[in-house]
Amino acid sequence: MNRFKVAIVGAGIIGASIARVLSMYENFDVVLIDKELDVGWGASKANTSIIHPCHEEDPEKYPLRAKLCVEGNKIWKEWSRELDIPAKWPGELMVFHNSDEEKEVRKYIWFATKNGVPGVRIVYRDELQSFEQNINPDAIGALYAPSAGTLSPFEAVIAIVENGVDNGVKLLVDTNVLSVKIRNNVVVGVETSGGFIEADIVINAAGLYADYISHTAGVAKDFWIKPRRGEYIVFDEDVDIKPVKILHTTPTPLTKGVYAITTVHGNLMIGPTAEDLPIDAKENKATSENGYSYLIKEGEKLLKRLPPLSKVIRRFAGLRPEPPNGDWLIDVYIDPWGFINVAGIRSPGLTAAPAIAKYVLDLMVRRYEINLVKKKSWNCYRVGIKSIRNLNIYEADKLIERNPGYGKVICYCKIVTEAEINEAIDRIMKIGARPTIDGIKFRTTACFGKCQGSFCRWEIALILSKKLGIPLHKLIVKKCNYGIGDIKVLLRGEK
Amino acid sequence: MIEKKYDVVVIGAGPAGIAAAVKSRKLGLNTVIIENRDILGGIPLQCIHPGFGIHYFGVDLTGCEFIQRLIDEMSKNVVDYVLNGYVYSIDIYSYNEKLVTVVTPKGIYRIEAKTIIYTAGARERHLFELNIFGDRPDGIYTAGEAQTLMDLYGVLPGKDIVIIGSGDVGLIMARRFALEGANVRAVIEIMPYPGGLMRNVVQCLKDFNIPLYLGHSVIEIIGRNRVEAVKVAKVDENLKLIKGTEFILPCDTVVIAAGLIPNIDLLEKVGVAVDPRSRGPIVNEYLETSIPGIFAAGNALVINDLVDYAAEQGELAAEGAKTFIDNNGIPTKDWIKIDVGRNIRFIVPHYVSGERDVIVYSRVQRPESNIYFSINSFRIKMFNVRPAEMIRIKIPRKIFSEIHSSRIIAEVTPI
Amino acid sequence: MKNEETELTCIICPIGCSLKVYRSENNIDVKGALCQRGIDYAKQEILDPRRVVMSVIRVKNGDLPVVSIKTSIPIPKKCISEIMKLTALIEVEAPIEIGEIIVRDICGADIVATRRVNKGLGLK
Repeated sequence: MNRFKVAIVGAGIIGASIARVLSMYENFDVVLIDKELDVGWGASKANTSIIHPCHEEDPEKYPLRAKLCVEGNKIWKEWSRELDIPAKWPGELMVFHNSDEEKEVRKYIWFATKNGVPGVRIVYRDELQSFEQNINPDAIGALYAPSAGTLSPFEAVIAIVENGVDNGVKLLVDTNVLSVKIRNNVVVGVETSGGFIEADIVINAAGLYADYISHTAGVAKDFWIKPRRGEYIVFDEDVDIKPVKILHTTPTPLTKGVYAITTVHGNLMIGPTAEDLPIDAKENKATSENGYSYLIKEGEKLLKRLPPLSKVIRRFAGLRPEPPNGDWLIDVYIDPWGFINVAGIRSPGLTAAPAIAKYVLDLMVRRYEINLVKKKSWNCYRVGIKSIRNLNIYEADKLIERNPGYGKVICYCKIVTEAEINEAIDRIMKIGARPTIDGIKFRTTACFGKCQGSFCRWEIALILSKKLGIPLHKLIVKKCNYGIGDIKVLLRGEK
Repeated sequence: MIEKKYDVVVIGAGPAGIAAAVKSRKLGLNTVIIENRDILGGIPLQCIHPGFGIHYFGVDLTGCEFIQRLIDEMSKNVVDYVLNGYVYSIDIYSYNEKLVTVVTPKGIYRIEAKTIIYTAGARERHLFELNIFGDRPDGIYTAGEAQTLMDLYGVLPGKDIVIIGSGDVGLIMARRFALEGANVRAVIEIMPYPGGLMRNVVQCLKDFNIPLYLGHSVIEIIGRNRVEAVKVAKVDENLKLIKGTEFILPCDTVVIAAGLIPNIDLLEKVGVAVDPRSRGPIVNEYLETSIPGIFAAGNALVINDLVDYAAEQGELAAEGAKTFIDNNGIPTKDWIKIDVGRNIRFIVPHYVSGERDVIVYSRVQRPESNIYFSINSFRIKMFNVRPAEMIRIKIPRKIFSEIHSSRIIAEVTPI
Repeated sequence: MKNEETELTCIICPIGCSLKVYRSENNIDVKGALCQRGIDYAKQEILDPRRVVMSVIRVKNGDLPVVSIKTSIPIPKKCISEIMKLTALIEVEAPIEIGEIIVRDICGADIVATRRVNKGLGLK
């Protein structure tokens, strides 16, 4: 059996999915590398969270995208169950307001038939209300696609990585891959900020930076990724306008349109904007007043009205990696042997991720003539952190009896208990990520609520400080320390 | 599951809650106080500055000294309390039976209560409730969080500080940072006048040469990993940005002291009527909310600047609870609404009976000098009124009982 | 010395009277005060401004890592940085009672504890 050391650059949704798929086989020793302190902190945590039906993918212009999107949509139903990822499948309505938009929308019916997307049809105004009570009554119709879903994208990455690590994947965080090392046209490994890592195969899933990585391998030198910034606004859970279906405006050539969805966490979210930034602006995730006003306007097109703006609890932005011409760059290279590009995975990247992973494996097997040997004891299941939030009081009481930590509520807005926070910390360490306050947030939804952490962030910090045995000020929030020192550090003249 | 029964359940062991619980006990009522945290005391525990207790105890104490006195009162009066208790829900079985479900590490408590006194305080406005865009780096704290870190846990959040909001909380934190050696670059205030007391502007800003930018707003935060700077601009009289006035202030820490909001989610869930002016519950003179038997006091009722008033409201609510229990409900009255007139932002309580003297708590919309504060024929001369300084006055019964048109209006008029 | 005029805001009570202080060679005249305390404050502020200083001091083996302190009486403004430096250098051992004197007679005042700290594990 041929065994390969595989280094995957980037622990986002793509890299993690590939790692999971590879972990099913004896042939691969996988190390998953990410420059951040935790997994999924790039585009994977700041997107619209949609599992697309794929009737918007042009099968003639982008056949690979269309094919893998449809497959991915199906596979997510399995993966979300196996991996206990919060997901729901409400279906979506592409809303149109005039005959021009209706004409555009009809195009997607044709795509749907070509791509094999089930149940797509136009619903006109009189029927529309019964589909979605919160819809803008001025809309003349919508294209209904029942196979649309939404899941928690950052929890998805975490779940996939936990399962991968459980099945032998090694995670290396806080490690910046600087270049791919090649000798005699064969990949030998990657040079990183933490030293050289040997690898027979390097898979480039580095998101926004996949172009740089590819260039260091001498491949696709004309391939450049533009960051496409998308802003979002999130409303508090307790608003009265929460669409059941996924709503979105009719797409434009630039973007999939703006969505209004009720996330799996129960929040109304509107977004994204779509703004192309210069190639080197790969860290510019600023929100803007223009973006905010634009999203309000678009949201009003979709919904009968918006909740009061005082109910906005968060505005954020993410960067999506936009390849030239919208084409995904997925290729398994013979020259250099061992380098694989999975780059520029723009929308429908999240939807297609599991299918992309299988596709890459398939390509690898064929090009590199690998005889796959399935692992006998591959565990497909992963269970999420138990929360008292979803239990009734009798179940909660029993749980507290077993573990009193479940009775100590830390995040009041989202009802996250000390037990869950401790478990989140354990899980971060178990996969080999660095414990941070943000890492705990993403695993428990603490600080995601109305007060945005003003009540509980320091309580979470206290728990983390106690568990790790390090002083409060040395804890890391997302990238930097919670404090610059103890309160007398400046008076002592130490800074 | 632990089942209990009490006359009074107090939610929140801050100054209003503890004062309410002690009073309630003194009035002979079976009382329990539920507290989220693992200690009693609430916010005053982290307030190391004086200004607490001048009215309530007759002496000027720091917040921590003040609350210790209240906690000692509680022990003396043997008030039951539950720590680490999160009130998950309030259910209304009947007119005078409420069920309070509390999550604690000992298990779930189901407490049958005849009355509830809700004193869960306020929450702070956070970054996204302000018109600030830009990056979301590390180094952004609310003022309360910064205060907790510094004065309970001895942590210094940063060294180059910009504070948003010149209310007393912001001013106090400016002084704290400056005293501990940090460089407070500026306090940014959107209104044309300071949000806090003049004495605090003197003691907290002038003393330390901290620049105060009135009529300005932070419009953007800049920073990749940690805060690196803020962009500030002048605003006009409508609080709209004036283009061309933007400037950058380098800093590594942003402290948001942009105001408090009554923390009443739990009450809203049971359907309590809320006053959009005070952002707290609508109450009658017994401090009873629109749900019979549920009372509110302290910052959960209305944002107070003096802890003394929060404690006083706690006691009034306890008296209200006693009246409720003794009479099987607050007796039906011909309640009169106090309307809000010229230059009044809000006035609490909202409904009076005309049968008793009533203490009212009010704030003006904008600062004014040499005015009358009046409620119908009751009139008091005041030199300066400012939104930052709550007006607290005991209005004699006869003002309400001599209403001819059953309309009462509170207003501020120039002399 | 000719007449010097200074504008002050009184900080004694929440009214915050705007004061005008006229200082001549052998006299200080205060205008605008509503009470005697304001006049006294203004004179003190002109001659020898004083403040109560509040801060925290680190605690060993307490249930909280710091205890809040204050100066027992207002101290000269120019002594503030000396007092603050001192708070950075000393540490106290739990338990601590409210009113306990931590440091005696510095710049004319004592440094007293304003919060109770019980014995505990001592946070890092």
